[in-house]
Amino acid sequence: MRALGELSDALARGEVTASGALGQCLDRIGRLDGAASGRAAPLRAFLRLTVEEARAQAEASDGRRREGKALGPLDGVPVALKDIFCQEGVETTAGSKILAGYLPPYDATVVARLRAAGAVLLGKTNMDEFAMGSSTENSAFGPTRNPWDPQRTPGGSSGGSAAAVAARLCPGALGTDTGGSIRQPAALVGCVGLKPTYGRVSRYGVIAFASSLDQVGPLAQDVRGVALLLSAIAGKDERDQTSSARPVPDYGAEMQKPAAGMTVGVPREYFGGGLDGEVEAAVRAGIAVLEKQGVRTRPISLPNSPHAIATYYIVATAEASSNLARYDGVRYGHRARAGALLELYEKTRAEGFGAEVKRRIMLGTYVLSAGYYDAYYLRAQKVRTLIRDDFARAFGEVDAVVSPTSPHAAFKLGEKLSDPLAMYLNDIYTVPVNLAGLPGLSAPCGFTRGGLPIGMQLIGRPFDESGLLRLARALERETEWHRRLPPLQEDGDARLRL
Amino acid sequence: MIDRRQVRHVARLARLELTAAEEETFAAQLSHVLEYVEKLNAVDVSGVAPLSFAGDASAEEAWSALRADEPRPGLPRERALAAAPAQDGAAFVVPRIIE
Amino acid sequence: MPVSDYEPVIGLEVHAQLLTRSKLFCSCATAFGAPPNTQVCPTCLGLPGALPALNRRAVEMAVKAGKALGCKVQRRSIWARKNYFYPDLPKGYQISQYEIPICEGGSVPVPAPDGSIREVGLVRIHLEEDAGKNVHGAAESEVDLNRSGVPLIEIVSKPEIGGAEEASEYLKSLRLVLMYLGVNDGNLEEGSFRCDANVSIRRRGAQKLGTRVELKNINSFRFVRQAIEFEIERQAGVLDGGGQITQETRLFDSEKGETRSMRSKEEANDYRYFPEPDLPPLTLTDAFVEAVEVPRLPHQRAADLLAAGVSAADARTIVNDVRLVELHGAIAAAAGAAHARRAAHLVVGEVSRLRNEKLIDLGAPRFTPDQIAEVFRLQDAGALGSTAAREVLSEVLTTGKPPARIVEEKGLALVSDDAALSAVVSAILARSPGEIEKYKAGKKNLLGFFVGQAMKELKGKGNPSALGALFQKRLDDG
Repeated sequence: MRALGELSDALARGEVTASGALGQCLDRIGRLDGAASGRAAPLRAFLRLTVEEARAQAEASDGRRREGKALGPLDGVPVALKDIFCQEGVETTAGSKILAGYLPPYDATVVARLRAAGAVLLGKTNMDEFAMGSSTENSAFGPTRNPWDPQRTPGGSSGGSAAAVAARLCPGALGTDTGGSIRQPAALVGCVGLKPTYGRVSRYGVIAFASSLDQVGPLAQDVRGVALLLSAIAGKDERDQTSSARPVPDYGAEMQKPAAGMTVGVPREYFGGGLDGEVEAAVRAGIAVLEKQGVRTRPISLPNSPHAIATYYIVATAEASSNLARYDGVRYGHRARAGALLELYEKTRAEGFGAEVKRRIMLGTYVLSAGYYDAYYLRAQKVRTLIRDDFARAFGEVDAVVSPTSPHAAFKLGEKLSDPLAMYLNDIYTVPVNLAGLPGLSAPCGFTRGGLPIGMQLIGRPFDESGLLRLARALERETEWHRRLPPLQEDGDARLRL
Repeated sequence: MIDRRQVRHVARLARLELTAAEEETFAAQLSHVLEYVEKLNAVDVSGVAPLSFAGDASAEEAWSALRADEPRPGLPRERALAAAPAQDGAAFVVPRIIE
Repeated sequence: MPVSDYEPVIGLEVHAQLLTRSKLFCSCATAFGAPPNTQVCPTCLGLPGALPALNRRAVEMAVKAGKALGCKVQRRSIWARKNYFYPDLPKGYQISQYEIPICEGGSVPVPAPDGSIREVGLVRIHLEEDAGKNVHGAAESEVDLNRSGVPLIEIVSKPEIGGAEEASEYLKSLRLVLMYLGVNDGNLEEGSFRCDANVSIRRRGAQKLGTRVELKNINSFRFVRQAIEFEIERQAGVLDGGGQITQETRLFDSEKGETRSMRSKEEANDYRYFPEPDLPPLTLTDAFVEAVEVPRLPHQRAADLLAAGVSAADARTIVNDVRLVELHGAIAAAAGAAHARRAAHLVVGEVSRLRNEKLIDLGAPRFTPDQIAEVFRLQDAGALGSTAAREVLSEVLTTGKPPARIVEEKGLALVSDDAALSAVVSAILARSPGEIEKYKAGKKNLLGFFVGQAMKELKGKGNPSALGALFQKRLDDG
């Protein structure tokens, strides 16, 4: 299965058709992903496939190409969508029973932009319910498995998108990232994932979790795939007044620029206790690769980092408690049997939401409630300013910050479900980036002895996605981590090579 | 830290019906999380402004991004009501609201 | 204790819909009366994934209202979420303004019976979105979200109103100001101008405010008076009986003329306000705020009219009616300020009559102010008598035909030609020797008799002043 950029080139050269590429994806999905695959442990990356529409889109793409009217590098490329993106007429659940069967009457802006670019929309991928989780185990529809080890999670909340890309079910996918939900799964499955700067990509049509933290971003096997997807979706949207009017660079071109001369900061707080030894070693090896290419490194301090998780779980849950108030059984979604209005609300939401969602709604309601607002929410927003200022100061000396993406490699299904806090601590390196609104990327930088992927996180200045892509590309040029395939046993097939 | 009575109160504010067992479990779990987030009390935030808006727009950009006052057709009624669990062709239907 | 020993303290909250064409946070139309759920979109339906997009015109209108009422217009204000569950509130929160509203302070000019103006202080004005409408059936309620998202300004007065009558005057005055600004259409029946009253009482002379009760569902000025009067008496009764006033919200039952407790409020709402993350802070430049034009307000227009010689009664009638005051201004501009009084009579009299009989539509008039000015000119030049002038005016108002044409078609032109008039003068003088003698003997007021006779002869079409001059000359000279 070709990486996204290579598929794009092959389509352009006429070596493969969009219909052919789509067929390959569907074939692989059929053999690896669903209940019908007959496997003991199907991946379950996809919640549903939009086969008919995809076929029509692929045919249309082939038609355009025959007439020399290809729309651009994404024309004919199959892309998967996390089930958090409203797709007109296609069931969109946000991984929740409360939206089972819900058909949005409109497309998210990013979905419309992908359509306009000619991408083939393959289907909706699994996710933690309302993007709340780090393992995709909070999905109301069952977990997704890590392609590298079916007993382990692929991370979350964009676990389905990450697993689909890593298992080569499709060359690219979109996810969302509120506290690490693109970067952490990307690290745990060994692909590249980017969370853009807050405001770089429109949130219109993206089912909201935490409005000041959510961002849409791409996942792909390599940096070029991420760059191509980002170019298609980035840019101002008049429907999202938090989106930025800054011009969108040509990421595909920017990423090829050498990284020599850039300076990268290594924050001491991110290499302390709780970090798995193998992960640290792999990340430091990755840093060494960058240094060999002329990237300078220096130690920095981000002193308020230890407060990031606490800050995040106050701010994000507060916003979520408000964003999820609309799920009341009146205009869409699940409705409980109830004779009176109060009962309708309380039962509908009790029946429709999973435990983690309920926990976060209650926590968020609590921290906003009378008597607690100042002590929790207001204070947390102030600490958030301090966290952002830490980075701003650092960017006076460095162009980017490097750290591990996740404190450990993929963990076993069920391992962290007994203690919510243990799950929250997965996000310790990723959450500060959302709080500060900065761009963050995870790139593969090694494997554990047990064969599990390890990711390196790069954090950039606001709107410097280009810088991150350059650094990640520099790492990629000198390593082969992103080319390794998960050991999925296939019927009679040898390991597929690019 | 947070007891069952408080959990009940918060659940009511959030319109979530909880069983007695859930009240118990959530009280314990929420207390655990709240204990953790209490560490923020140790941070010196004097003179620090809260970061309420995460976007980057300058005032001029934000102003020019405001919408012009032009009405546009929205969703046809059928589509607006299509996903509703209870509707009568014209409106969403809920149990009688008592004022 | 008699009610009069208690001092009522009243604060009023008005929610006024802005006359924008689209909603506050989406492009849906705001027109009243559309079939249910036909002016909706993902944003005002509160669909998953929808976001608000602020309407610039709504901001302009709010600033206009703030400037007109003397408020401080905040250069930076913040949107806030007010969280509660109700079927007509699709997102489960209302986007409003809380800690930092767009306008602070200011006052509403309220005319007192003696003609003086009392300024009732305002606390603030802020922007927020309206909720939808619930219609209650027997077992179910229906939710119509057409109104969800319509822009509102909430205008909060200080608790400086002393009674039901003053409350009614305050509301009338505020409503009129907003209509003058073109910001609100003042329609209480349709619900575009809504009022809640906060009523408390205290012993006269006491400093501390009593517990206040919020009254809702008051949709006419008469009901405002009734509701407040009832509530003051009710509270006096409670206190007299040794009881305490419960802080609560009560609905006004217009049929019974009573306020009653709202059963559904089990506990006070904790709205859990926090800054709206989906919208940037609203930042206004000085240039923008300064450029927002505020027209002359009702009490200023009234003063202008009085200064121009219009009677107090006519001035009051005119300024209380947006169309009439606009029309009067236009006629005065066309005819000249000296005609203000005359224009007032016309507007208060014939124009109002024709409007009441639905013979003219001031929203789409057939006539122009220039035409009215033309009739005045003709009358002043002596080409039209006063009766004829009235007739021409009526026809101009209802048909918009040019005055000159009406005069010609109806043959209303006054005869002013001296030669023609002389003949009539001679004839009258010839048959009135007795009156001539009396006139010469000193009864100068018989001039009126002669002119009257000549007018009869001319069937009203003589120019009276020309006739008067001719008679006088002939009588005095010989």
